[in-house]
Amino acid sequence: MAELTLVEAVNRALAHELEHDSAVLLLGEDIGVNGGVFRATLGLQQRFGCERVIDTPLAEAAIAGAAIGMAAMGLKPVVEIQFSGFLYPAMDQLINHASRLRHRTRGRLTCPMVLRAPNGGGIHAPEHHSESPEAMLAHVPGLRVVIPSSPSRAYGLLLAAIRDPDPVVFLEPTRLYRLFKQEVADDGEALPLDACFISREGRDATLVAWGGMLHEALAAADRLAEDGIDCEVIDVATLKPLDGETILRSVEKTGRCVIVQEAARTSGFGAEIAALLAERALYFLLAPVKRVTGYDVVIPLARLEHQYLPSVDRIAAAVRETMEASA
Amino acid sequence: MVADVSIPIDPLRFLAPDGALCGAPPAEAIAPELALRLYHAMARTRAYDSKAVALQRTGKLGTFASALGQEAIGVGVGAAMREEDVLAPSYRDHGAQLLRGMSMTENLVYWGGDERGSDYAVPRRDFPICVPVGTQIAHAVGAAYAFKLRGEASVAVAIIGDGGTSTGDFYSALNMAGVFDVPLVVVVNNNQWAISTPCSLETAAPTIAHKAIAAGVAGLRVDGNDALAMHHVANRAIETARSGGGATLIEALSYRLGDHTTADDATRYRDPDVVRRAATQEPIARLRNYLTKRGLWNEEDEARLGRENAEEVERAVEAYLATPPQSFAAMFDHLFAQLPPSMRDQYEEARRFASDGARHG
Repeated sequence: MAELTLVEAVNRALAHELEHDSAVLLLGEDIGVNGGVFRATLGLQQRFGCERVIDTPLAEAAIAGAAIGMAAMGLKPVVEIQFSGFLYPAMDQLINHASRLRHRTRGRLTCPMVLRAPNGGGIHAPEHHSESPEAMLAHVPGLRVVIPSSPSRAYGLLLAAIRDPDPVVFLEPTRLYRLFKQEVADDGEALPLDACFISREGRDATLVAWGGMLHEALAAADRLAEDGIDCEVIDVATLKPLDGETILRSVEKTGRCVIVQEAARTSGFGAEIAALLAERALYFLLAPVKRVTGYDVVIPLARLEHQYLPSVDRIAAAVRETMEASA
Repeated sequence: MVADVSIPIDPLRFLAPDGALCGAPPAEAIAPELALRLYHAMARTRAYDSKAVALQRTGKLGTFASALGQEAIGVGVGAAMREEDVLAPSYRDHGAQLLRGMSMTENLVYWGGDERGSDYAVPRRDFPICVPVGTQIAHAVGAAYAFKLRGEASVAVAIIGDGGTSTGDFYSALNMAGVFDVPLVVVVNNNQWAISTPCSLETAAPTIAHKAIAAGVAGLRVDGNDALAMHHVANRAIETARSGGGATLIEALSYRLGDHTTADDATRYRDPDVVRRAATQEPIARLRNYLTKRGLWNEEDEARLGRENAEEVERAVEAYLATPPQSFAAMFDHLFAQLPPSMRDQYEEARRFASDGARHG
């Protein structure tokens, strides 16, 4: 079994599907000869040809729109948008067309496309390269929003996304692309969509996170364990549709919940999870639900970025507060 | 392919407004059978169109976008397409859609506020009506790419209005079509108005057809009120695309004789004299004059066609009005291939509070 980084796992998943399904093709800016700005598609054009790994003109709306047309005609396009901060021009196509083509034609036309984009900050990138628009996307009826947190989940979830008959936005945490390696079996086995994963079991508090923040949550759980605080850590993985049951079961067990997101706080996806707990787990709670989030500010450039992103310190402090609130 | 950068300003025209032949039409472009087919289709479109407006005025249909005076564009394009081609229409293209097999009832069901109206029995692959202006060109590019990749002899055709050519999507999709060299035809129905904004405020380019030059595709202008020229140009562009000759942008010059939609009042922003003059150019009378001059049409034919169209429209309206309302479940059906378990609560809530609701907006 190969030890892969997350970006290598993405590459393997794409290669696997290109190899096994002739309807699959990739399109995006610089994905061919160059292998994409993060090299997620490295070597794929050489292997599968420039008709199936397509370098496109620089036009996110047209890329997403063309993918919709391809998908409606029976192909399975996988779009790469270079950074999620460049995804906004494609939002019109995603919201007005991709997400509702099946619905508005009563299933006559469908849109089995995947739109991949690096997501989030932490790599000292320039402006507009560190955005976390997952809540905007998760708000759109008909879109699936998936965010992997490790190489093996990236591999299995991307396979599932490509095989899914509906449009999936697949947001890859930029910071995790090369942060660590993990053994990944390139066996074509998909992971389930629409499911949360329990990354660490615990009894005192539930930490809920996704993407890059899962690692901060796990690190915080390690630190809290030194003080005898036993945290359960949940990887949301598919934000929409949300597997609320796994989160609810955990919080019913622990009685405490801290939600971690790197996107700005207001109307972020953490608010959705907090509302779910308020509606369905209030009487199990021993302390108020807390959120640790980015601030409602423009994501700072590199020098202040670490002040913005939720840190292990902030997460651990939030968990301690929930413990104290219920002591 | 190197684009023709000498796009003539004068549009191609075979029929003068009085129906006299002009230019040098090839024999096949003015063949009696074709001319009669186009005339029938335009008259059918107008019969449907005027009834739809009347239904809206009497509260039996939602907002509707009339194609009054622009029938030659949809009909010319629709008649030039083959069954296996794919149309990406705007909201004013029922002329093309009806010719391709969409039923009047389906279109009424759509404008009546029911998604089932976009589930065409025929043609199954055509895109539904696109409301966000200009965005469907990219879908047609993607469809055309699929045809090329699979070696299908199909062509994707998108129709937009003049206002749509101001959008980024228009340019970026046309540009992509040029780069990908796909079998695509984009028809711009230049009806001179984007709601209340005249074409002169949409672009400072000499013509809309000139926008093809920047995208590296062929561009040309045609009199969009001349069904014979319109069909000829569309047919040539579609067959060029089908034979691997790449994409074409067609600017079809017409005039929107009606309001933008039934929710609009064009008298607020248009000079009635200009509209009256434009009406003298309209496509149906023009082709009728031509057919009559050639001895291919007479008052009896006209009366018979009028009766047939009226009867078809009546049957379509009856079928539309008799369409049972959708269940609450239709909101959830087809959103995803399978309803996610997490939406079960919402489904049950909708079931609990479901009511019959109003059939018409």
